[in-house]
Amino acid sequence: MTALRFPLLMALLGALVLVLFVLSMAFGPAGLTPGQSAAALLGGEAGAAETLVMREIRLPRASLAVLVGATLGLSGAALQGYLRNPLAEPGLIGVSGSAALGAVLALQTGLAAAFALALPLMALGGAVLAVLVLLLLAGPGGGAFTLILAGIAISALAGALVSLVLNLSPNPFAATEMVFWMMGSLADRSFLHVWLAAPFVALGGVMLLALGRGLDALTLGEDAAAALGIGLARLRLVLVLGVAAGVGAATAVAGAIGFVGLVVPHLLRPLVGAQPSRLLWASMLGGAAMVLAADIAVRLIAPERDLKLGVLTAIVGAPLFLHLIWRTRREGL
Amino acid sequence: MRARAGIAAATGARHWLGGLLLAPWLACAALAGARDAPPQRVVSLNVCTDQLAMLLAAPGQLVAVSRLARDPHASAMSVEAEGYATTPGGAEDVFRLNPDLVLAGSYTTHHATAMLRRLGVPVAEFTPTRDFDGIRADILRVGALLGREDAAEAILAAFDAELAALRADAPDDPPRAVLYSANSWSSGEATLAGAILRSAGFVNAAAEAGLAYGGTLPLEQLIMLAPDAVITGTRYGGSSRAEAVLDHPALRSFTDTRALLPLSDADWVCGTPYVLRAIARLRAAREALP
Repeated sequence: MTALRFPLLMALLGALVLVLFVLSMAFGPAGLTPGQSAAALLGGEAGAAETLVMREIRLPRASLAVLVGATLGLSGAALQGYLRNPLAEPGLIGVSGSAALGAVLALQTGLAAAFALALPLMALGGAVLAVLVLLLLAGPGGGAFTLILAGIAISALAGALVSLVLNLSPNPFAATEMVFWMMGSLADRSFLHVWLAAPFVALGGVMLLALGRGLDALTLGEDAAAALGIGLARLRLVLVLGVAAGVGAATAVAGAIGFVGLVVPHLLRPLVGAQPSRLLWASMLGGAAMVLAADIAVRLIAPERDLKLGVLTAIVGAPLFLHLIWRTRREGL
Repeated sequence: MRARAGIAAATGARHWLGGLLLAPWLACAALAGARDAPPQRVVSLNVCTDQLAMLLAAPGQLVAVSRLARDPHASAMSVEAEGYATTPGGAEDVFRLNPDLVLAGSYTTHHATAMLRRLGVPVAEFTPTRDFDGIRADILRVGALLGREDAAEAILAAFDAELAALRADAPDDPPRAVLYSANSWSSGEATLAGAILRSAGFVNAAAEAGLAYGGTLPLEQLIMLAPDAVITGTRYGGSSRAEAVLDHPALRSFTDTRALLPLSDADWVCGTPYVLRAIARLRAAREALP
């Protein structure tokens, strides 16, 4: 039965992403009617105001929401599959924060201005460091507590260093930007950012999706997985690089958006029969839908305030996180 | 001399209560006394009063200015400020300078000025200027406080004459412009920047979006307003996401066919006669529009 249900689930999630994408394109302060929007997007005259609004402002924003959401959902599902721990999430365990530190360093040292790819690459470097430290401290067998504690420490350190770098910046606006790096936003992003992030997000996505079989085998335990011919060292390496590439690139352009990788796999896990390989695909689409929805919501709630995406995802995600901790404790894990 | 006595009373541990009660009265007395005997040790804590004081003070009368006075992004007199000591602006730093008059802005240094008043130092506060009448009033007020009324009258006369010349032969069909800066902030009609824009012969198109005092103008709305010119500011070093909107490809391709004027700078920040330089440059840019 699940064999039939999985394609159906994927089709439904795909349709949801599509609908939210169209809605995201339809909202904005320019006051265009849906008809004008569609006409300007598809057949607008290049250089006309409506065309610029649709193609250069709204299209990159919606596209980035899909890229960032998909990579966060996928990374959360992959980390949880590998660690066999439902609390693993890139934002909570400090991977996003460390990626933000790398991005801030690239921007403030002028590296990003000299060489555009320095921005995603430095963020990737920060993310790799964080994932390596986490796996070292809380690999399989390390337990939920170790993971969360290590994550808190890494997040706090990365956040403090981001603040330090921004405070030392010669730019007076930079010091006010900590909220962006800690909470994330898609406002006023352009196709420059899409093209900067897309290759790394795609690379990370391919690497993580390829882990499906290995993660399925891991549910039987490490010994059984090894007996099935899964190379655990290689799996871990691919996981680290895949998560770092995706989360690093997403954070470099959109800031650290938490809880997406926690909420989405949690909601979808029962629907895929708790099978990690399927959860990867489903969480990728689910993550895209969640960030698109959050980005629509921030524009509806406070159009002129640039409300941060992470605020909304945390309001949804934090109670769920507390619930998961409670359940983990009760099960005596 | 009565002010000094007030300070001694306020700081003396034995009479601290009496000092607190007496200090405001003594400060008022000192301010009243300032009319006959001009202050000799003036300290300014605000980048705008810094400039008015530098323009008006007698040699040696101005003891210290704020650190921002030397910042070329914020101060039109950053070079002149090199000739003065700077103060970080904390109450303790200022009190050590032994001032007999402190000029301050009404917002940012509130705690420091409250403390200085308690210590018996006369403080004159200035609110940010929104228009040219405010500039005139501030010039005269600083002139009176420093006992430099003649210098103030001379500067004011020159200011009025030059402003009238710059405003002459304004176009019948003025071009529409939007002031656009970091964080998509746009200044409206009722701001100093709005007054500069109007005097240079532009219409502020942000008014059509309902911004009178200024506010966030989303990039989408800016593009739909389709102004003839977008006036942005000079950039700071380092990088910030706040300023990234000024590099947005949509703004770039929009201004391919319109004027993008990176003109607003330190001359626009404060209500000083330097706004005339801002108006002159903006007017020249208007005359160069196609």
